[in-house]
Amino acid sequence: MKNPPSLNFDTDWTYSAAPESTDHIKLKKRYDLFINGAFVKPKSGKYFDTINPATEKPIAKIADAGAADVDAAVKAARKAFPAWTKMPAADRGKYIYRIARLIQERAREFAVIESMDGGKPIRESRDIDIPLAAAHFFYYAGWADKLDYAFPGRTAKPLGVAGQVIPWNFPLLMAAWKLAPALATGNTVVLKPAETTPLTALKLAELIQNAGLPPGVVNIVTGAGSTGAAIVSHKDVDKVAFTGSTEVGKIIMRAIAGSGKKYTLELGGKAANIVFQDAAIDEAVEGIVNGIFFNQGHVCCAGSRLLVQEGIAPELIRKLQHRMETLIVGDPLDKNTDIGAINSRSQLETIKGYLKLGKKEGANMWQTSCRVPRKGFFCRPTLFLDAAQSHRVVQEEIFGPVLAVQTFRTADEAVTKANNTPYGLSGGVWTDKGAKVFKITSKIRAGVIWANTYNKFDPTSPFGGYKESGVGREGGLHGLTPYVKLS
Amino acid sequence: MTKSASILAPSPTVDQVGVEERAARFTKRSIKKEAKMQGLKMALSMMDLTTLAGNDTPGKVKQLCYKAMHLHDAVADLPTVAAVCVYPTMVPVAFKALKGSGIHLASVATSFPSGHEDLDNRLDEVRRAVEAGADEIDMVISRGRFLAGEHAFTFDEVAAVKDACGKAHLKVILETGELLTYDNVRRASDIAMHAGGDFIKTSTGKVKPAATLPVTLVMLQAIRDYYFKTGIKIGMKPAGGIANAKLALQYLVMLQETLGQDWMTPDLWRFGASRLANDVLMQIVKQQTGSYQSLDYFSHD
Repeated sequence: MKNPPSLNFDTDWTYSAAPESTDHIKLKKRYDLFINGAFVKPKSGKYFDTINPATEKPIAKIADAGAADVDAAVKAARKAFPAWTKMPAADRGKYIYRIARLIQERAREFAVIESMDGGKPIRESRDIDIPLAAAHFFYYAGWADKLDYAFPGRTAKPLGVAGQVIPWNFPLLMAAWKLAPALATGNTVVLKPAETTPLTALKLAELIQNAGLPPGVVNIVTGAGSTGAAIVSHKDVDKVAFTGSTEVGKIIMRAIAGSGKKYTLELGGKAANIVFQDAAIDEAVEGIVNGIFFNQGHVCCAGSRLLVQEGIAPELIRKLQHRMETLIVGDPLDKNTDIGAINSRSQLETIKGYLKLGKKEGANMWQTSCRVPRKGFFCRPTLFLDAAQSHRVVQEEIFGPVLAVQTFRTADEAVTKANNTPYGLSGGVWTDKGAKVFKITSKIRAGVIWANTYNKFDPTSPFGGYKESGVGREGGLHGLTPYVKLS
Repeated sequence: MTKSASILAPSPTVDQVGVEERAARFTKRSIKKEAKMQGLKMALSMMDLTTLAGNDTPGKVKQLCYKAMHLHDAVADLPTVAAVCVYPTMVPVAFKALKGSGIHLASVATSFPSGHEDLDNRLDEVRRAVEAGADEIDMVISRGRFLAGEHAFTFDEVAAVKDACGKAHLKVILETGELLTYDNVRRASDIAMHAGGDFIKTSTGKVKPAATLPVTLVMLQAIRDYYFKTGIKIGMKPAGGIANAKLALQYLVMLQETLGQDWMTPDLWRFGASRLANDVLMQIVKQQTGSYQSLDYFSHD
């Protein structure tokens, strides 16, 4: 056959707009800093806009915390520490349970705001981000009065004040990952959400007020990199927890070197999804799609490299392209949207830069033919076929809906290619053979490896990287360790 | 070497967890407003209005045929259903009733629903149904033989029925509720298509579970792969258990996003259902008037 039969996804039956209602959302025009249990104006007097990346319209003004504001927040946290840590652990647990329940009760509101502020599709914020955030609080609330069982025969004591800086890709969820274990172990916190996505953290601050948490136990300050730097390098911060880019992670390590501060860093990744010939191909295709197009590819553990065994490569790529043609790119608040808006103009520019670069390097770029809104920051789902190990689009984290595709012949070659990266956060293996799952996953140097699935998260499961993907683990029992002194 | 072995490559493996997750994802699509109306009408036009009860009578079949042509005359611009589906003994009655309507007449031959009968007798039943006017035959495969590993028997059985069908279209009922695994469903689908089935169909409606979204997805994937290999488009008919409009729309979403535009036609997709029509009609009236009407306003046939 000259032209192999193809499928036509330009269909007559188009889904009508199905926007999630925003009527119930209560947002203030201006948000101040949450310090010592109250919203206070920044001493800097400065505010910046947070915008909706799907419309480019400002949503609210956000306080820009300077060093003096950070200092006030750290002081509040320090002042609250003795009482919080002496409180019976079961009572501390009660507060955390209360936060978890309140998030569940207000889940829809949080989901809508998350999608408005960050651009992720409502399907994901509703079904993944918000429920998982609540689950993290529930999980660590349970540990609060059981630390003796977490560390049998030893005594776990809190560190003091934790300074936490979180990224824009999972704003509320990352806040939950950071706050829940810190609070359960009796620490107090200064948390800074990312400058492009501060709203759900500020709504969480309101919720923490409603939960009646003692003032100063959680302080939330907003701002950009300099605010984060002020937290990290503040002398009275005992522990630094950061999730974000490897570049910033290195700066943080330099800044705190010799200070004795404990730290956990959860950084970038360039994970390989390895598909063997004997895999269930359609399910692997679905896993590849979930691996790279989940949250517009703004996922540190995204499966951004596809390694496919050569015998099935043409068939798998064709099926992947067909599947990609059915992805709907558009309004994050539409319930049918699969891929929402890129988080910011600057991230869109970064991604576009890589698209140009990949073409220049000689990879064969393929994009879906879907309609894309004119206004707002959007990017078509993209493949780089025939990519080579020496291409920068294969080596560097793009943090967008861009998948580099390579083939391999032998299992050894797949393992070598998968490990040939400075990163080591995650990976995926697809095969119908159980023994192969164990053989291959044990050779991949990465913190999280999924077999015959991808991007599955659970509060009980530790998460973290090898090599330049980070230091320390979050989640599960492992996630308690970075927040305690053991004696 | 048997004919089947020479034609058939091994079937690909299916991952249960993955295929069920994928099927569930289709149910997240929100079908509203014009898309809903369009989808509901499409669902009606793709329906095999079915009566397969032991107590069927010529009178009941006649009524059903009238309903097939006049789904709900209170609403203008409704399509007719695609086909009426009856037992072979009822074919002459239905043939007369449907004459000139353009509605297909399907009959469940081959000792429906168990298939436990000599092949010769089953083929004879097919020929008689076709002679009496059925232009679509819904056969059952011998599940016992398939599960015993006699895949060549299944192939030959389908091929023989296809031969007996003559010009009539053949739908092959796999009875997925008895096949136990998705791998078996995939295998049986591949065999049925290679042996000459024009449609593959999930269920008789007499066994639970009948049609499900994941089982139908596995069969759609088989249809797609067969199309890639041969360029031939095979049809799909989920049957049994699809009782409401919402579920029917979810099936259509799955069809559209798995096989695309070319399959969105009664020539390549059917719903086998006895209760679905009234729920779809009720939804259409709700879309038009803004309020639900009691089921008493829709005819039960």
